This record gives sequence, structure tokens and C-alpha cells, in this order.
Amino acid sequence: MYRYDQYDQAIVDARVAEFKDQVARRLRNEITEDQFKPLRLMNGLYLQLHAYMLRVAIPYGTLSGTQMRMLAHIARKYDRDYGHFTTRQNIQYNWIKLEQFADLLDDLSKVEMHAFQTSGNCIRNISSDQFAGAAADEVADPRPYAELLRQWSTLHPEFSFLPRKFKIAVIASDTDRAAIQLHDIGLQLRKNDAGELGFRVYVGGGMGRTPIIGQVVRDWIPVGQFLSYSEAILRVYNRYGRRDNIYKARIKILVTELGIEEFTAQVEAEWALLEPLGLDAPQAEYDRIIAQFAPPEFDPAASDELDLSDPDFRLWVEQNVHAHKQPGYAIATISLKPRAGIPGDASSAQMDVIADLATRYAQDEIRVTHSQNLVLAHVRKSDLYAVWQALEAAELATPNLDLVTDIIACPGMDYCTLANARSIPIAQKIAAKFENDIAEQRDIGELKIKVSGCINGCGHHHAGHIGILGVDKKGEEAYQLLLGGSGAEDASLAKILGPGFDENGIVAAVDKLIAFYRTARAAPDERFLDTYRRLGPAPFKEAVYG
Amino acid sequence: MPSSLTRVLTGNRLETGDVLWWNGSDWSPHIADAVAIGDEGEALVARLVAEERINDPALIDVTGEPGAFVPTTTRERVRASGPSVRADLARGSLSTEVI
Ligand code: HEM
Ligand code: SF4
Repeated sequence: MYRYDQYDQAIVDARVAEFKDQVARRLRNEITEDQFKPLRLMNGLYLQLHAYMLRVAIPYGTLSGTQMRMLAHIARKYDRDYGHFTTRQNIQYNWIKLEQFADLLDDLSKVEMHAFQTSGNCIRNISSDQFAGAAADEVADPRPYAELLRQWSTLHPEFSFLPRKFKIAVIASDTDRAAIQLHDIGLQLRKNDAGELGFRVYVGGGMGRTPIIGQVVRDWIPVGQFLSYSEAILRVYNRYGRRDNIYKARIKILVTELGIEEFTAQVEAEWALLEPLGLDAPQAEYDRIIAQFAPPEFDPAASDELDLSDPDFRLWVEQNVHAHKQPGYAIATISLKPRAGIPGDASSAQMDVIADLATRYAQDEIRVTHSQNLVLAHVRKSDLYAVWQALEAAELATPNLDLVTDIIACPGMDYCTLANARSIPIAQKIAAKFENDIAEQRDIGELKIKVSGCINGCGHHHAGHIGILGVDKKGEEAYQLLLGGSGAEDASLAKILGPGFDENGIVAAVDKLIAFYRTARAAPDERFLDTYRRLGPAPFKEAVYG
Repeated sequence: MPSSLTRVLTGNRLETGDVLWWNGSDWSPHIADAVAIGDEGEALVARLVAEERINDPALIDVTGEPGAFVPTTTRERVRASGPSVRADLARGSLSTEVI
């Protein structure tokens, strides 16, 4: 894992000191709320329905045990004993007090963490593949490149006031576990026939009000030049992105308005000027960072055997455990979608359990997934049973990864000021229908339900096999139903199926969709999404509205 | 504004972010303590904005009687009662059932 050097720590310390002073001045009424609000937002502090909400950055979703213990401590000391892991691999706290914020930031910075660039029109936290460094199908660990992007984009003076927020995701395999085509820039690391590494660069993807799938702006940029190339993209965007209309300000609109050819031509022209200036990191810096992500010392003698005689353990292994590239090891996903739970929420006690398991059994590393789950990426197979038992005792071993109850939900109107409707109760009501019957869930198979409480789409509803969008219907909460989205390598945007519903109506509609799918699938292993793609919306519409 | 609607004054305390209601002389964390606000409301809000100690002061519509006011919008009912999905964190002055 990457450890801060003196520059990283100095940047964080300086920023913390600056913001502590700003907070103190606000508390003394020396600056007004209008002056303070943009400052607090730049430091991840929002005012939500019940209190201040703090969003802490988790770079590329990777945490150490020590960092997770600190997140638990923060929940316990400054919040109400829990936190919410988000689709952007960050964590949010819902009950933060401004008067305690300086102490909180000090605590965070002790473990090389902070909250800046988690809001505002800057380059946000870089996201990545939660299986990075462990996946059998990756060409290399993508995180050193995500870390280079983090360093490059941290307080980048030219890109601190972009037309709008900017989100970058980096992966290194053909399987996309980070929804790169739905980011402002999506980078896929690849290897050519000569064994060299380079990126395929997608640009202009995004969700929200105008969902768009990213397009390839360059099929190959050598790894040594990807920073200057990213800079060229950001420059074109910064110069021509629409600042006149917030709804048209994202890079996706610029790419669409210019067309990908013209946009590409402009980026290439900019890059031709930039590249010779030597902005890219020197090889020594690549080497320094890559060395910090060196694979842990795996035991070559680790046994590949797994005793699956306990049926509950077997179920969990089959559903939540993935193959590791190292024989004798496995990748375990911890579901944050327990029975009657809130998607993505974890208590301080649970965070502590996970931190201790990571330290003891998983090379002290934890990952956050964009589906609001957590991952222990390097577990010896011979330790899996002990890990499972500890997770089970903490209600963290629900064997439902990628199944109908593994629902993404944004905070919605239970917490969020921008919401039109609640998201979490919808997820809970849908899950309640299936959560007592894991065999039925497995029979339904992979099904990604994603719920957002408003058009901003934080719950990725446009990328849901089934997407649900909260809307306001004459003051009442109402829900639109969308089908056919995917945030994976087969990215597609979900489309509205028909008229919306109230809370109970949307739950019943999902039930009907699933029942229809089970009768209509061509084979038991045809996914809901594939059945939908094969048959089109008409029979699904008939099943719901007919 | 329909005559059956009453207005109450709400906001968030700067230091803590706590959700508050105006009880006639001070702020209370319980909507049950809120008083109906008449024509003086706008002036009150203007004064609070100028004082810079309460964030987002606003007059909101409620129905019902003093002591049992219920906001007309879901958003304000959630603010008054607490998240509907965490009964353990409810403020107690308004049941999450009304959301
Ligand atoms: C509660 C406070 C939040 C606020 C005020 C907020 C605000 C927004 C806004 C305004 C957008 C639309 C941006 C645009 O279309 O240009 C957006 C998009 C998004 N947010 Fe949030 N959000 C919040 C919470 C969250 C949470 C909890 C998550 C993760 C679960 C999240 C993840 C995202 C994602 C993934 C998108 C869409 C991707 C994109 O930018 O295209 N946000 N958010
Ligand atoms: S989708 Fe809307 S309701 Fe949900 S968190 Fe984002 S802004 Fe809030």
C-alpha cells in the first residue's frame, strides 16, 4: 500500500491547518456563511437534513487496518457510531458537529487521510477496481497509476475550479468492476504484444441528469505519458466546458456537443504542445510508487484446499469469494447488505472487526467497492473459515454478492437535502421479499438493483439491471422504473419502462419483473439483464403494466 | 396559502448542525415546542440571516395544533423526526410513522 512521503503529509497538514483556521473564524462570526460554505464544501463538509455530513476520501478504495480503525473511532467519537460507504468508494458520516471538526481532521491526518476534493468542481477521489493486485485477469496493479493521478490532481492549481466536478476511474482488466465508462475519464491499463503497458482512454461518461456512456478518445497512450495526456483532456475541458449552465457543465456535454472526433483532435493538439514540456512523472517516481504496491509476500506453499463441509460457509464461499491470482489465496467480499440493513452502512464495531480481520488475515488491507461492499483481497484459503466465522458473528457474512438483495441505494430523503424521495426503504422493502431465501436469490442469479433518490443518480440507477429513481409527484414520493443498465464492461444505460409508482407499487413492480424473468429466461444461467436484452422491453412492460 | 396551514420557523445550529425550531423565545430541538409564526416571520428570518448563527433559517408549512405540528412536506417531516430507517436515532418529538 502507498504510504505518504513528507510532501504528502505536509500538504495535508497545511490544508488541515488552513481549514481549522477557517472553521474557527466562522465560529467567531468573522466570516459569513456565504463566505464559509464554499470553503467547507472544498473540505468535504456538507449541511444535510439532520446535521453536517462529512465525506472522507478513500483513494482508489484502498484502506489499511489502521485507517479503518480510525474511521471506526471517528464514527464513535464524532458521529453516531456508524458510517456510510458510498458508490464512489468513500465514506460519509451523517452527524458531524462543526465545533468538533478541527479535532476530527487532526485524527484523520494521523492516518494519512483527509476530506478535501470530495466535493466541489475539482478532480475528485480516483476510483479503481476493488480486486486490484489480486485479480487473476489484470495486466498489472492499476493502483500505482491511480496514485500518480491522485498526486497530480491534489490541489492542482489549474484544475481546482473546473466547470464542474470531475471523476476518474482506473482499471487493469477487461472485466470492469469500477464502471469506467460512466466516469469523466475512464482508464483501462492494457499490455501490447511487446509487453509494454498503456492505457485505453474513455472520456465523457457519466450519470446524473444526462447519462452518457464514455467514448474512446485514444486507444493507446503509453503509461509513461498518461499524466500529460490527462492534463491535455482537462485543459480542453477547462477551457471550453460550459460554465454558463450547471446542467451542461460536465465534460460529457462538451464531448457530445463537439463530437468525439473534434474533441479528440483538440486534445491531441493540446497534448502535442504539452508533451514536450516534460510534465510526466520521471521513471524513478513510477518506480518508487510501483514499489509501494509490490505484492505482499505470498506463501508459495499455501494450501489450495478448502474444507467446505459446513454448508453455510460453502454458500458464502460460492457467492462472495473470488479466485486470487496466487494459488492458496482468495478474495473475500464482505457484504454490507445484511438482512433489514441499510446498504453501505457499517457500525464502528463492525469496522473494528473488519480492521482486525484485515490485520490478522489479509495483509492489513481493505477495499471499498462501488457497490457499497468491502473486500479482503488477500486471504489465505486456510484462513477463510476463521474469517467467515468472525464475519458471521458481526452480521457481515450475508452470502448475497451480486444477487437481488445486494442493492445499491443512495442516502435519499432520509439524509440528503437534494432528494425527491427516500431510497433506503425501497431497497429494504425489495430485499425483504427475498432475504430469507438464499436459494431463491441464487436461482434468480446476478441482478443489480440500484436506487437513487433524485436525478443526480448517486445510486447509479442508470447503470442498474433494474434502476429505480425517486421523483416528486405533487409533493408525494414517487418512483420511476428503469431497465437494462449496466456499469460493467458491457455498459448500457437503463431506460424508463413506463409510468411511475408509489412506494408499495414500485416494490410490487420489481416483484413482477423478477417473476416474469424466471419464466422467460432461455436457460437457468441467463441473467436478468441478458433476458431483457434478448427480449426487449415489451414483454417486461406487459408483465408490470399489463 | 390555504388558511388551515400554519408556519413554523426552523434552521440548523451553526456549531452543531442540529435541527431546531423556534419556540417563541429560543430554539428547541423538538418540533413539539414550535410556535406558530405570523406576519413577523420574514423579519425574523432576515434578522437570523444577518446574525449568522443559524444556517438555512426557513419558514415551513405545518398542519395540526401547537404541540403536534406536522410539516406538510416529506422532507420537513424527515428533518423533524429523524431518518425513517433509524428508529433508534429518532428525535422523539415526531414519530417517524408520519413520514
Ligand atoms: C448526500 C450528499 C450528496 C450530494 C449533495 C450529492 C450531490 C450530487 C450531485 C449534484 C450529483 C450530480 C452531478 C452532475 O450530474 O453533474 C451527484 C452525482 C453523483 N454522486 Fe452524489 N451526492 C451526495 C451523496 C452521494 C453519495 C452518498 C454517493 C454514493 C453512494 C454519491 C455518488 C455520486 C455518483 C456516483 C454520482 C453520479 C456520477 C456522476 O457524477 O456522473 N453521491 N451527486
Ligand atoms: S441521488 Fe439525489 S438523493 Fe441520492 S444522494 Fe444523490 S443527490 Fe442525494
